[in-house]
Amino acid sequence: MNDDTFDLRISESHIEVHKFHTGAIFATLVLALFIQAFVPVYFPKVAILDLPLLITVYFGLSRRNPSTGLLLGMAIGLVQDSLSGPTVPLGLYGIAKTVIGYLASSIGARLDTEHPAARFALTALFFGLHQGIIVLTRRILLAQPEPWFNLHLAIGAGVNAIVAVFLFLLLDRLRKPS
Amino acid sequence: MVGIPSRHKSLVLLAGVIVLQVLLLAVQIKRDSQGRLLRVWTVGAVSPFQRAGVYGVGHLRDTWHHYFALQNTSRDNEQLRRENDTLKMQITQLQSKAAEADRLAMLLNFHKSHENVPMIGARVIGASAGTASQTIDLDRGERDGIRRNMGVITPDGVVGKVVEAYQNTSQVLLLTDKDSGVGAMLADSRIQSPVGGTGEPLLVMKYVANDDTVNAGERVVTSGMDRIFPRDLPVGTVAEIKPGNPFKMIRVRPAANLERLEEVIVLLTLRPLELKKAPEPVNPQSSATQSPAANAAGQAAVAKP
Repeated sequence: MNDDTFDLRISESHIEVHKFHTGAIFATLVLALFIQAFVPVYFPKVAILDLPLLITVYFGLSRRNPSTGLLLGMAIGLVQDSLSGPTVPLGLYGIAKTVIGYLASSIGARLDTEHPAARFALTALFFGLHQGIIVLTRRILLAQPEPWFNLHLAIGAGVNAIVAVFLFLLLDRLRKPS
Repeated sequence: MVGIPSRHKSLVLLAGVIVLQVLLLAVQIKRDSQGRLLRVWTVGAVSPFQRAGVYGVGHLRDTWHHYFALQNTSRDNEQLRRENDTLKMQITQLQSKAAEADRLAMLLNFHKSHENVPMIGARVIGASAGTASQTIDLDRGERDGIRRNMGVITPDGVVGKVVEAYQNTSQVLLLTDKDSGVGAMLADSRIQSPVGGTGEPLLVMKYVANDDTVNAGERVVTSGMDRIFPRDLPVGTVAEIKPGNPFKMIRVRPAANLERLEEVIVLLTLRPLELKKAPEPVNPQSSATQSPAANAAGQAAVAKP
């Protein structure tokens, strides 16, 4: 797949693949990771946001290339693992975001995900799935007890989904005009 | 070699990437390693930005707090100033009450230690209107048993005597008044001589012969010769001694703070009194040392007002 804009036609639907300005994806990733690691120092409640996840979902849905999506998710996840301290083994977020990147790209290639309601629902869904994969990894591979879901995570899903709606609108401005 | 269909390539890649990361996890668990190298790289790459962020946020925060977020500062300042004023007033009131409580406690202790002496506490409610006389007004009078010529003291020492008793108030002539006087003696040498006022803060002990030895700082106490005050009440301390003709000029600093009297004790008797006092070492020489001139002056002081 090249970087040029092209259309996919599946089941009569018209799905557009978006291209971004040079360096936009990299800069966004770095900024998201930086904010994720820095802002909670001053505003601890911001830690409920998973900006790397939102970025993974957004670029997965926009680029609509599963290979790119999963590699992007892996890279973001591994960097997030690295920045999360020695209690988080490398690969924990990596695996979860790899799967999310792949799924977001795959879904983005089949559905129109430009509508805010669709973005809200997908983000909440991916947040839950992301958490599920982390819990699964911890329980099966690391033998660490972890709750599947609780109120805090439910609030996290809602907050991340709401933020995603506005963040995605902002990130839409980084797209090259088709 | 069998090629992978392009639609499955991403799935294979997904599986491969996940397997690799699972292996990475397994390696970390097996070797108890934490992938230090990758962490060092990542943290090393991010930490400069974090440091810069902290520095920038610190400056922004300072700028905001010290330049822009000052809209409430004036109001807060005004409120704090008002609170400060209120607290200052409260402190002053409390200090005043504490001082009053101390003074009253002293009066009470004095009264308890001299239960055989009829006395009554009184509050100073006024002072002489002019500089020609040194008097104070008390809130107690004839109704409380106060009569003319009764002695007025504080636990610190002699104050003066009642010169006028009204129904509910009375007037006291202070020791510092130039018409005032009290029979006194030097506590150590027991040399007797009246002490009188001059209209100034210091008193004068007039009739001590030049031959008598008087030391600065020596205590002066009542002699009881005036039949108003009992013996050995503090009158003051010797502040200055000058030779004179024929008597020394001795200036005495009053023991009681006559310029700031608020509560006093009035001795409710016109008969000579003996106050209990702690036993003092007796100086056999001093008791015999009394100048004839002083004796005469002591009597004069009694009769003076």
